[in-house]
Amino acid sequence: MDVILEVKNISKSYEDITVFENLSLTVKKGEVVVIVGPSGCGKSTFLRCINALESIQDGEILLDGEAIDASSKELPRIREKIGMVFQSYDLFPHLTILQNLMLAPVKVKKTPKAEAEKEALSLLDRVGLLSKKDNFPRQLSGGQKQRVAIVRALMMHPEILLLDEITAALDPEMVREVLDVVLSLAKEGRTMVIVTHEMQFARAVADRMVFIDGGKIVEEGSAQEFFDDPKTERLRQFLNSFSYD
Amino acid sequence: MDPEVLRSYVPLYKEAFILTLETGWLGIAIAFAIGIVTAFIMHFRIPVLAKIASVYVELFRNTPLLVQLFFIYFALPKIGISIPARECGAIGLGLLGGSYMAEGIRSGLDAVGTLQEESALALGMSKRQMFMYVIFPEALSISVPGIVANVIFLLKETSVFSAISLMDLMFTAKDLIGLYYDTTEALVLLVVFYIIMLLPVSLLGSIVEKKARYRTLGV
Repeated sequence: MDVILEVKNISKSYEDITVFENLSLTVKKGEVVVIVGPSGCGKSTFLRCINALESIQDGEILLDGEAIDASSKELPRIREKIGMVFQSYDLFPHLTILQNLMLAPVKVKKTPKAEAEKEALSLLDRVGLLSKKDNFPRQLSGGQKQRVAIVRALMMHPEILLLDEITAALDPEMVREVLDVVLSLAKEGRTMVIVTHEMQFARAVADRMVFIDGGKIVEEGSAQEFFDDPKTERLRQFLNSFSYD
Repeated sequence: MDPEVLRSYVPLYKEAFILTLETGWLGIAIAFAIGIVTAFIMHFRIPVLAKIASVYVELFRNTPLLVQLFFIYFALPKIGISIPARECGAIGLGLLGGSYMAEGIRSGLDAVGTLQEESALALGMSKRQMFMYVIFPEALSISVPGIVANVIFLLKETSVFSAISLMDLMFTAKDLIGLYYDTTEALVLLVVFYIIMLLPVSLLGSIVEKKARYRTLGV
C-alpha cells in the first residue's frame, strides 16, 4: 500500500513545556489509525500539528511526499487534502447547512455551484440529514451537527481525514449516529487518523491502534493485539480504567 | 401655535432636512469604512498600525464633535488646508463615528472564536477567504446592535453642524427664532423633522438586529 502521511520525529513544546518529542507515524492509503491515551497526553495536539494548526519545533510532516510547513504559502492548498473534524462541531452559525457545505468547495476549489449542491445533497442524504439542508446549525442537535461537520470535510475530497474526539461533547445516545457514519467511511476505504475515548468504537474501526502517554508512543499494533494482549504495563493500566469488571 | 407660520417654515426645514440627511449619511459611510479598517487592524494587532489605531480611537472618542469640527473648519485652513463646510461636517462625523464603529466591530471580531478560524483554515481557505466568508460576516451580525446605536447617535450629532454655519435643521431653527421670535413653531418643527429622520432608522435597526440575532444566536 502507498504511504499517504509520514510524520517524522516531530517535537512540540510551548515555551518550557514539552508536549511531545520525537513522535513518528506513518499512515498508508486506506488505513484507519486510532490514537488513544490519557487526557493531556498530546494526542489532540499531535493531530492539530498534522494540518499545521499548531507549529512544530522539530521534525517534518509529509503528505504525499510534500512537506507541510506552517509558514508555507502553499499551506491552504495542502490543507484541502486534509479533512479535519473537531470536538465541538464548529459549523458556521451564520450559514444554513447547505451553505456550510458549499462554502469551501465553491470558494476554494471553484467547484460550480450546481455541482457542489448536488454533491452536498447526496452526502446529506447519506447521513440522513437531507431534510435539514435549509436549517441553521443552531437548529440541529449535537449529533446532527457533527454529522454535518463530517460531510463538510468530505466535500473537499480530502485524501485523509483527521477526527479529533468528535464524540467527546455529545450526549451518549448521539454518539452512535456519528460513529456509524465514521464506520461506513472506514468501510469504503477512507484514510483516517482518529483520536477518541470510545474504546469499543476504536476496536471496531481501527486497522492500527496507537497509545500515546507522556508525549511518547508507548505501544502500537493491530486492534486485536492491542486490546486483547497489551504488551506494556502502562497500556494495561490504561485499558483497565475503562472496564468495570 | 400658528398653522400659517408652520406652513411657511416647512419648505425651509425640508431643505435643511435634505442637507442634514445627506451630510449625515455621508459621514456615517465614512465612519463605517474607517471603523472596519481600524477594527481589522486592532483585532489582528498589526504592528505599528495597531498603536496608531488605538491613539486615533482614544483621541476621537474622548473629544466632542464640536471641537473636532472647529479644528477641521477653522484650524486646518491656517496650514493651508481649507475644506468646504459640508465636507467638513461629513469628515468630522466620519472621524468621530469611525472611532465608535471601530470599537463596536472589533468587539464583534473578538467574539468570533478561534475555532471558527481553525475550521475555515482546515477546509483549505486562505486567511483572506476565512476573514471574508466566515469571520467578518459573523462579527458583523454580533456587532449589529452597537452599529445601529452608533448610526442613531451620529445622526443626532449632526445638530452641531450649525456651529460651522452649515444650514442643517438646528441652524434653520435657531435662524428662524432669531429672525421672527416664533419660538414654539420653530422648535416643534425641529423635533418633528428629527423624528422623521431617526424613527425609520430606529425601526429598521431593530428589525435588522432581530434578524442578525436570530441567525447567530437563535433568540
